[in-house]
Amino acid sequence: MPEVILEMKNITKRFPLVVANDKVNFTVYKGEIHALVGENGAGKSTLMSILYGLYQADSGQIYFNGKKVNISNPNVAINLKIGMVHQHFMLVPPLTVAENIILGMEPRKNNIFIDMEKAIKKVEELSENMGFKIDPRAKIENISVGTQQRVEIIKVFFRGAEILVLDEPTAVLTPQEVEELFEILRSLKKQGKTIIFITHKLDEVKVLSDRVTVMRRGKVAGVKNTKETNQEEIASMMVGRKVIFKVEKKPLNLGKVALKIEKLEALNNKGLPAVKNISFEIKEGEILGFAGVEGNGQTELVEVITGLRKASSGKIFLNNQDITDDSPRSIREDKIAHIPEDRRQRGIISNYTVAENLILGSHYRAPFNRGLKLNFTAINNHANHLIKDFDIRPTEKDNLLKSLSGGNQQKVIVARELYGEPKLLIAAQPTRGLDVGSIEFVHQQILNERGKGKAILLISADLEEILSLSDRIAVIYEGKIVDFLDPNKTDEREIGLLMTGSTANKKLLKKK
Amino acid sequence: MNNIKKYNYFIFIEKITPLIAVLLALLVGSVVILLIGEDPIFVYKTLFSNAIGNRDGWGNVLFRATPLIFTGLTVAFAFRCGLFNIGGEGQMYIGTFLAAWVGFTFTDLPALILIPLCVLAAAAGGALWAAVPGILKAKMGVHEVIITIMMNWIASSLTFYLVLVYKAPATEDMKAAGVQQMIPHTSEIAEAARLPRLYHIFKFFNIDFPSYNQVNVSFLIAIGIAILAYYILWKTNLGYEIRAVGYSPLAAEYGGISVSRNIILAMMISGAFAGLVGTNEVMGFKYRWRQELFTNLGFNGIAVALLGKNHPLGVVLAAILFGILNYGGAIVNIYTEGRIPRELIMVLQAVIVIFVVISDELVKRIIRRRRKIA
Repeated sequence: MPEVILEMKNITKRFPLVVANDKVNFTVYKGEIHALVGENGAGKSTLMSILYGLYQADSGQIYFNGKKVNISNPNVAINLKIGMVHQHFMLVPPLTVAENIILGMEPRKNNIFIDMEKAIKKVEELSENMGFKIDPRAKIENISVGTQQRVEIIKVFFRGAEILVLDEPTAVLTPQEVEELFEILRSLKKQGKTIIFITHKLDEVKVLSDRVTVMRRGKVAGVKNTKETNQEEIASMMVGRKVIFKVEKKPLNLGKVALKIEKLEALNNKGLPAVKNISFEIKEGEILGFAGVEGNGQTELVEVITGLRKASSGKIFLNNQDITDDSPRSIREDKIAHIPEDRRQRGIISNYTVAENLILGSHYRAPFNRGLKLNFTAINNHANHLIKDFDIRPTEKDNLLKSLSGGNQQKVIVARELYGEPKLLIAAQPTRGLDVGSIEFVHQQILNERGKGKAILLISADLEEILSLSDRIAVIYEGKIVDFLDPNKTDEREIGLLMTGSTANKKLLKKK
Repeated sequence: MNNIKKYNYFIFIEKITPLIAVLLALLVGSVVILLIGEDPIFVYKTLFSNAIGNRDGWGNVLFRATPLIFTGLTVAFAFRCGLFNIGGEGQMYIGTFLAAWVGFTFTDLPALILIPLCVLAAAAGGALWAAVPGILKAKMGVHEVIITIMMNWIASSLTFYLVLVYKAPATEDMKAAGVQQMIPHTSEIAEAARLPRLYHIFKFFNIDFPSYNQVNVSFLIAIGIAILAYYILWKTNLGYEIRAVGYSPLAAEYGGISVSRNIILAMMISGAFAGLVGTNEVMGFKYRWRQELFTNLGFNGIAVALLGKNHPLGVVLAAILFGILNYGGAIVNIYTEGRIPRELIMVLQAVIVIFVVISDELVKRIIRRRRKIA
């Protein structure tokens, strides 16, 4: 019988509108990698926030090494040797790696000065123990997201953690970085550390974890030894029904060229070239998927096409009509729909109601705007109609959008953008952060549009999504299209290498 | 569901925080009154019974509330577009001066033309003065707070110069004594440019109201403007766009809304409200322009908007509260033969604002903690 290091018993946590944790029992063995999975809003993050002292449970107990503990704030958790790496990193960009790691518990010289030498040595020691190298003197703002995550992990162990909680750690990583992260986690396990791993990617559960706890709607839906279960079983426990993994794609039926981009160039916010000499076409009924690590020009590319950013040179044609540098409003009127990557900042106005959000972009036109006054009858009918068609929950049109779950916020955006029969749909990271059920829904909607003969530009960091939806794949690296691929003749490995700039390796792959 | 009830309860509390803050502030005020050896119950009784216990008191309160409604709306309207317009003071100087100038220049026009013209001039002056920071913000990204502060100084100096240019001629008495006009104020505006006092309207309906009471038609204009502000913000396409820019400029831009156009428009509408103070102080009260008439009305608008939670109805109520304190404070001062100085009531106003800010933040934190963030 393995030794139990942590036990959470009958944890209940209520929020005004929802019971986030309902008598949850959660047990972790010493030295295991334990996956905690569930849809968004299933209560995983709440449970971990209670463990880390960010929330207090309404009822229930936590036992640590067999002793009952009261974790009233994160300091208590840190003293118990529990460490957490959040989804959004808590790092200070202008400071160095070592400075970030020691922040709050700096080694001192003569009790006054920070002993930087000692700090750097300690950081190097820790990283070597985990099996990777890191430059303690590099500034956070200059290192990759994957490396930043390692800094977060070192930070946790610098504070002496025995249990490491990772909240969706792979969401921001490339496939190669994911593999490296898993190596690190496995080596930590060998050193006897315990790891709790929050995710909703089921393949990760399979390759990494020893045991898995599945949550659904605030309750534990099941606890399994990973070896004794499979993805289908975990997925159906998560959703409460059978999930179709493979998307049904109708045969390709290409029409005429809808979008044509010619030698497009654009700058990023810092004034540096971000889109470099990009040319491509999308035909009606085709999905062109852009694969790439985030920050390689995808954002700027989409912004230029949708009029949110000026092109520095090049042309954009929609149905042979030049739309380069038109205003966002005129481009919308040309029937380009846009599901933006930054849902919270761009896609929704969180303080507006569902109904108000559903008219964003067409609010100034009939039937929503009539003379001097907005037409609330039309606005409300429109809202009720879309809420029903797209199964937006809760179904109340006057709810503020910020009260909706991420998945339902995305449904609001999808509903709004698909309304009015767009000619071109630009979907940027359309399923990021969504749960299995919502992903299925969004994918289905995108494929429906393809079936209706719409041109679709899909941008995603999720290679599985790119591979399963696209008819053609463009790999983008540092603002350039490195290659066009046929999804049936490539795999995640090849794309992964291309999108990290390893064109040399590509030739090797081809030779094999 | 019990949870829903609890949630609604918090939303309710959030809405009435200003009321709680006012009560707390009165409590603090009574401690101060006790400390200077007076009886707080007597003071408050005198204050409220004189301010709102009779029609004359109400008239005085509403007269004092009128300019604050305008300047409160100035701040509130801009705030809905995400702008902090603290240039109400300057916009008010320019708008009111322009109204006065029209009033004493086009003296031949009939009231039916001259009154609307003066009102328009007041609004246009404020709007133009606010357009400058609006355009600078929209086109160059200069922060509106800096520019509006600077514009306040320019407006103050400019109008002071203009007053000397358009200084009223010496009266007969002054001429007899051989001195020049020393008061820095303009000539009086034409009879036809003056707004009637509400007394005349009350008389028409046979309601007893003192004829010397200064509350005038400008109060009705202020209420009309508050309704207009509400209508624009929540019922029109323009308001939808302005609030969208205020909540999220990025999402607004994405939705095809021109951020810069709406910033400029919101600033101009906001500034027009400030200029309309001229309908009360110039067209309805002194019938001429003098800088002291306006000093700090613009800045007090910030407090009024804060207390009124940037909602037109809230602004009207907050302005009336300030009117009560302002007028009641003056009365208390007289009744206690100066033992309770007016300044104490100003302290009370400040304490109310501080309490509103604190309790607002407190309630927000409580709600945030109760609400699921995960």
